[in-house]
Amino acid sequence: MAQTLIEKIIAKAAGRNRVQKGEIVFVSPHRILSHDNSAAISKIFKQIGAPVVWDPKRIIIALDHAVPPPDERKALNHKIIREFVQEHNIEHFYDCGTGICHQVLPENGHVLPGTIIFGSDSHTTTHGAFGAAGIPIGRTETASVWAIGKTWLKVPETIKIILTGHLKKGVYAKDVILFLIGQIGASGANYKSVEFSGDTVSRMSISERMTLCNLSAEMGAKAGMVAFDETTRDWLDKRVREDYEPLSADDNAEYEKIFEYNLEELGPQVACPHKVDNVRSIKDLPHTNIDVALLGTCTNGRLDDLKIAAEIMEGKSVAPSVRFLVYPASKSVLLDALRLGYIEKLVTAGAQLAVPSCGPCLGAYGGILAPEENCISTANRNFKGRMGCKQDTGIYLASPATVAHSALAGHITTEQK
Amino acid sequence: MKLEGRVWIFKDDDINTDLIYPGKYTYEPLSNKEQAAHAMEDFDPHFSKEVEKHDILVTGNNFGCGSSREQAVTCLKHSGVDAIIASSFARLFYRNAINSALAVVECPQLVEFFFEKIEKTGSACTDFLISIDLSKGRIFSESREFSFPSWDDLAVQIFESGGLVEFTKQKLSGR
Repeated sequence: MAQTLIEKIIAKAAGRNRVQKGEIVFVSPHRILSHDNSAAISKIFKQIGAPVVWDPKRIIIALDHAVPPPDERKALNHKIIREFVQEHNIEHFYDCGTGICHQVLPENGHVLPGTIIFGSDSHTTTHGAFGAAGIPIGRTETASVWAIGKTWLKVPETIKIILTGHLKKGVYAKDVILFLIGQIGASGANYKSVEFSGDTVSRMSISERMTLCNLSAEMGAKAGMVAFDETTRDWLDKRVREDYEPLSADDNAEYEKIFEYNLEELGPQVACPHKVDNVRSIKDLPHTNIDVALLGTCTNGRLDDLKIAAEIMEGKSVAPSVRFLVYPASKSVLLDALRLGYIEKLVTAGAQLAVPSCGPCLGAYGGILAPEENCISTANRNFKGRMGCKQDTGIYLASPATVAHSALAGHITTEQK
Repeated sequence: MKLEGRVWIFKDDDINTDLIYPGKYTYEPLSNKEQAAHAMEDFDPHFSKEVEKHDILVTGNNFGCGSSREQAVTCLKHSGVDAIIASSFARLFYRNAINSALAVVECPQLVEFFFEKIEKTGSACTDFLISIDLSKGRIFSESREFSFPSWDDLAVQIFESGGLVEFTKQKLSGR
């Protein structure tokens, strides 16, 4: 019987020829990632009582949430992680300043097509951009994988999303995925795997595909994937040293649902407070003032995102009422953006530049809102209180272009100032 | 295995992990008691003070959506909650709950029955009692009986071991 991409990847990781939908199998991941939560995971690992970790080469830890630590508790949290890394010879440890885990992993060649990446972070779905199954799991599960090298998965149903047509100027992958979340709903892909395909997706860069797969978590997806193609190969060639075997869905694979959208007429989108599926066209949004504009996070903190914003902001100034925060997704992104002059343009326009990290997105550190403030953000969640203050605050999610235009104007807009 | 307790109704869909356990506490090593004190803080600030041992939550669709943070499960467990009955759960919350041995039951009919009993959306502490028979897939309340699909065998094994930590210990020692 024909199989979907996730079925093939799970079968391979379980050492089987094929698996059935709904079946529970034990699988071993190619890599398992965690971040600032690794201290809590190490505590559970100790409770389990395994003398050594399963494989110190396959466990990856990147510190990115509270970076550099703003207080004693968070500093201690990092210290516990460094001690664990030393004690167990964890080979791939990326300390503060290297970048956000979902950026650092592929940049360092850890994500291979056709494999499973487990991550103790809900946006592990990002790695689907490389034809891998990035599957989020919890802390206890991560500790258990550290100990025994495997955990259980239920083989999910797959939803296929076919996207066609050229995007209009000023419309980006972020607008596409926000639109899809609005259509499909916050739980529309719960427990399911999502395959993105169609000519629009084929034309997308790796960075744009990462935005799609990252936000498929906000439809509830277990994994969101784009099949391996030449774009993937070109990107990986410069970074991956291991051999890999790309997998793809069979032509007549069985899907639970197939959605097809032509995107030629799509305009810029915004997810309004306090749910990610509360999506509108920006042209239908009433006048909305903003106090903070955030460019960055695992969703949109990459080089092309900074470029889009830098070009919009060149020679202009951020509105006096706005704090414009720029968080490059990694050290590598920051260095490239420096060389190419994007950082200079952004900072000259009024950006506050931060260390590569993701703190403000979840109110972990930096960029906290005050009561009654609004934020326009390139991040992935707009839940009430998400950015550290719940009292009459509102978070609006949009593309880097919309964030840049809005930072200049002081209200949400897609128009050139 | 049977669970019995008083009902809290959280009349809403998509109650996310930030409402259950705010992100600002997620990367601080808090004790069980401290975690419990923040349970549902941004949804109902009174909950952590009024919740009692063995209470049962009844809520709508996609409960626990958002972050993978396990404290969203453990803060409720440490606050005394024995079970959550929802129309549906977000995947990560569901897995985390089984792995932490907190009973999670999907029963939309029961949720609808209780949602009709209160007017406003939001949180309500009630005098209703619920009895859940986990092995038989039955719930009894207000002279009514509801059924829910039984768990997968592996989920039952993990739950009965007392959670994934104990389950993994058993695997390690070859039991």
